[in-house]
Amino acid sequence: MKEWKNVWIFAQTARGKLSPTAYELLNAGRKLADDLGEKLCAVLLGSDVKKFAQDMFDHGADAVYVCDAAQLENYVDDVYAKTLSDMIACYKPNKFLLPATNLGRSLSAKTAILAKTGLTADATEVVIHKEDGQLHATRPTFGGNLMATITCAHTRPEMCSLRPMAYAKSAKETGRKGEVIEFAFDEGKFTSLAKFLQFIKSEGEGLDLSEAEIIVAGGRGLGKPEGFALLEKLARRLGGAVAASRAPVDSGWIEYRRQIGLTGRTVKPKLYIACGISGQIQHMAGCSGSDVIVAINKDPNAPIMKMAHYAVEGDLYEVIPAMLEALGE
Amino acid sequence: MHILACVKQTPKSDNVKIDPATGCLIRSGVESAMNPFDEYALEEAVCLKEQLGGFVSVMTMGPAAAENVLRDSIARGADKAYQLGDMAFAGSDTWATSYALSKGAEKINAEMKIDLIICGKQTNDSDTGHIGPQISAWLGWPNAAFVRRIVEAGEKSITVERLTEDGTEVLELPYPCVISVVKEISNPRVRSVKGRMAAKRAEVTKWTADDIGADKNKLGVKNCPTRVVKSFAPKRDGNAVVVQGANGKEKAAKLVELLKENKYI
Amino acid sequence: MDYAINEMEQETLNATRELAQKKLKPLRAEMDAKEQFSKEMYEEFRKSGMFGLWLPEKYGGLGGGITCLAMAFEELSRVCAGLALTPGTSALGAIPMFLAATPQQRERWCYDLASGKKLWAFALTEPEAGSDATALKTTAIKDGDYYVVNGTKHFISTGKEADFYTVIVNTNPSRGPRGISMLVVEKGTEGFTFGKKEEKMGIRTNPTYELIFDNVRVPKENLLGSEGRGLLYVQETLDYSRPGVAAQAVGIAQGALDETIPYLRTRKQFGQPIITFQALAHKVAELAAKTEAGRALVYTLTHKMDQEFLPAVKAAMENNTTVHDELKKIKGGRWTKYSAMAKLFCANTAMEVADECVTLCGGVAYMRDFPLEKYMRDAKITQIYEGTVHIQKNEIIAALIKEYAAKGE
Repeated sequence: MKEWKNVWIFAQTARGKLSPTAYELLNAGRKLADDLGEKLCAVLLGSDVKKFAQDMFDHGADAVYVCDAAQLENYVDDVYAKTLSDMIACYKPNKFLLPATNLGRSLSAKTAILAKTGLTADATEVVIHKEDGQLHATRPTFGGNLMATITCAHTRPEMCSLRPMAYAKSAKETGRKGEVIEFAFDEGKFTSLAKFLQFIKSEGEGLDLSEAEIIVAGGRGLGKPEGFALLEKLARRLGGAVAASRAPVDSGWIEYRRQIGLTGRTVKPKLYIACGISGQIQHMAGCSGSDVIVAINKDPNAPIMKMAHYAVEGDLYEVIPAMLEALGE
Repeated sequence: MHILACVKQTPKSDNVKIDPATGCLIRSGVESAMNPFDEYALEEAVCLKEQLGGFVSVMTMGPAAAENVLRDSIARGADKAYQLGDMAFAGSDTWATSYALSKGAEKINAEMKIDLIICGKQTNDSDTGHIGPQISAWLGWPNAAFVRRIVEAGEKSITVERLTEDGTEVLELPYPCVISVVKEISNPRVRSVKGRMAAKRAEVTKWTADDIGADKNKLGVKNCPTRVVKSFAPKRDGNAVVVQGANGKEKAAKLVELLKENKYI
Repeated sequence: MDYAINEMEQETLNATRELAQKKLKPLRAEMDAKEQFSKEMYEEFRKSGMFGLWLPEKYGGLGGGITCLAMAFEELSRVCAGLALTPGTSALGAIPMFLAATPQQRERWCYDLASGKKLWAFALTEPEAGSDATALKTTAIKDGDYYVVNGTKHFISTGKEADFYTVIVNTNPSRGPRGISMLVVEKGTEGFTFGKKEEKMGIRTNPTYELIFDNVRVPKENLLGSEGRGLLYVQETLDYSRPGVAAQAVGIAQGALDETIPYLRTRKQFGQPIITFQALAHKVAELAAKTEAGRALVYTLTHKMDQEFLPAVKAAMENNTTVHDELKKIKGGRWTKYSAMAKLFCANTAMEVADECVTLCGGVAYMRDFPLEKYMRDAKITQIYEGTVHIQKNEIIAALIKEYAAKGE
């Protein structure tokens, strides 16, 4: 096991952009690497991605592994997983963090099998266990009702996908230096059976949830699909985006993409205004990282009224128009 | 077209309770049902069968009682059911579970060639989302996760839309392949009368680890790579500021004032 | 109460109850307000096998009988009598076809009927031929291999949405009622158009249309049974379908009670739940008893019918004959009297129950937010379609007179 060294993070890119999760993983990984006294390395896979290497150094990476090839322009599971597992076999990292994004979840799962190692999904906290240097990854299970700490004792690397927004982004330190190691893409070896045809950008208007600093979310308490028009008004006034708990999505009032929670997305805005949302643990798992949560609910005993920072007991159809009025035009 | 849907029996999520003293899940008296995400997967399999003709097999791994989820699948339109049951499987993590399921799929494939394996995007108990991609890794088949729509199921390949955080990616996968699906993909039906009756009479094929030729060194709690070292109930906050006011209007004004004061807006 | 139902009937109840609660209930208020047919619900009915309950397994049906059909209709109507008509009227439109069809015609139509891929509708009523079906004016004149259809039908349930229409026509006007025949006309046939969409008191989610036939050429293979025997098939159809309407009425009555009793238990006035007031409590008891009596009559009747219907269907499939002919072989008699009694009693019960339930719950039930006013509007149709309650009385008395006359009393 001794030959397995260093902490890797997967720096996700897509369509020429680096995912912000890369900085979060660098932040989490930096601590692990320091505790182990090993190097922190970022892995870049894609087409024309070498240019991100310096950014990785600036955010804490000591080394960057790059596999840059036109064939990697778009994410296709088998070719990415095969390339990544070959890189693992070649460089033998000790720990490997990936983002628990849609791409990261799928890629980490397939790679773990090819690399013959264990994987913990969607962790919210990772630490190095002092006694044995193992990775202890803690994650919610059973719809967030139970937290479990998971290890991978006998195989390397210890892999883990980390929930987006679980860690803050690492601070930037311009001019840090590091080593770039290029891994050659071998076309004969990495041909994919699947074909990537095209990308269609989300047709929904409004701000993307992961970028929104303010989110106005609606739940079952809206009572009707038209309720979202009112939330949209408030969101627009505040410069935020609209989201939902599971119930309105299940009722077809709003697209699934807007669902916050364990089976939807995780967000971490500055302000999260939950309207007519009871605050089931599954929902809170997706928004509890918000700086401040406001709950507007008719039922003073709804769980969210205790978990929020500000609780407003009242009818959202009365409170929100009054808020709009108080905010002025 | 031969479609294999993988399903799991899980606790009905609403009923899960944690013992505050031990931090463990209280399993007694917890009602079980089909993992809700698997309902979407199975429904899509049955819809494909209805549109294109074909056969839907369904497979689960689990204890004796998990047979219920297979009968439920028959009621929802599956044609044949397979249960992988063996003490050797107990305590398997996703690595070992996906290995066992892939061995089961290989044996089913030998009986009748599989074109497509469909899984739900994750289960409501362990929430990993690993199984679909991992089965594909063991089998060496192409796969796509977070599939929200099947654009076309053709003669030799399937075209799917995969959900990303910022949009949709369209991929073409040749058969045989594995997809895991999100709930947008289908609208699970209410079990028909015929289905309910067929479910009672259906024969469930039961296989042990030996039956599927699985290597026992890759199965079970002792052999799987990951291990749970600790479990506990999550902490909850409980210190909300209750915004005061005589009516909704007053409270709204007060709230806006508070948010401005603290520079949240 | 358990009416000695078999496994298939029990599962019919289980399936339709689940379907009604999970899929129908969330849609009913919206679709009623919009007065719209629900394609979404049609698909749910289709996926849950609601169109093939009464049809042979050979065609993809369940192989149940009139009882399964009636039970499904009761349970669906218990939640929404309007949406329940999607499978309900398809059965009504298809029963005459199924009774009179040759084996070849069954092969042509029954697969898509049972799967729900195609919807059927029944077209009898005309502006000047309502209760008096013999007065119908739509003609179908033979011209080579075709019938040329001219005329107008109105108040046709599931109009425009249905794919096939069992149309009652006169193929030989000079013979009057003895010229009446049945033709299957497919939507999209040239000259066949839809007129006015009716705005109705109740069952608003089911579209009611006028059908206009202007020199519509229908292949002679679409004639059901033989020419001139149309009224006979219509009567036979109504004998089987009226218990269905009665079951729907029982469902409406039960549904109204389902809404009312919990409300009366929780609503407090003068410091106590209002169900503890005897005047109200006794009224509820009476309504519940009548509803159960109606149900007992319906299922006693349908079980008796199934004892003939199911063997006749089986024989028709085996002997390559029509169901109508096999029914004749088994028994000469008809169910007209009991069908009429079931429909009369249950329709009047549904109307009474819905009406009284609105009164019992008071102001809240008069408001559209509460579903009871819809039950009251929906209940009314059961007293009207497939023969008004007065026509049912005519049927009953006619049968009684005949019985007593035969005994010489």
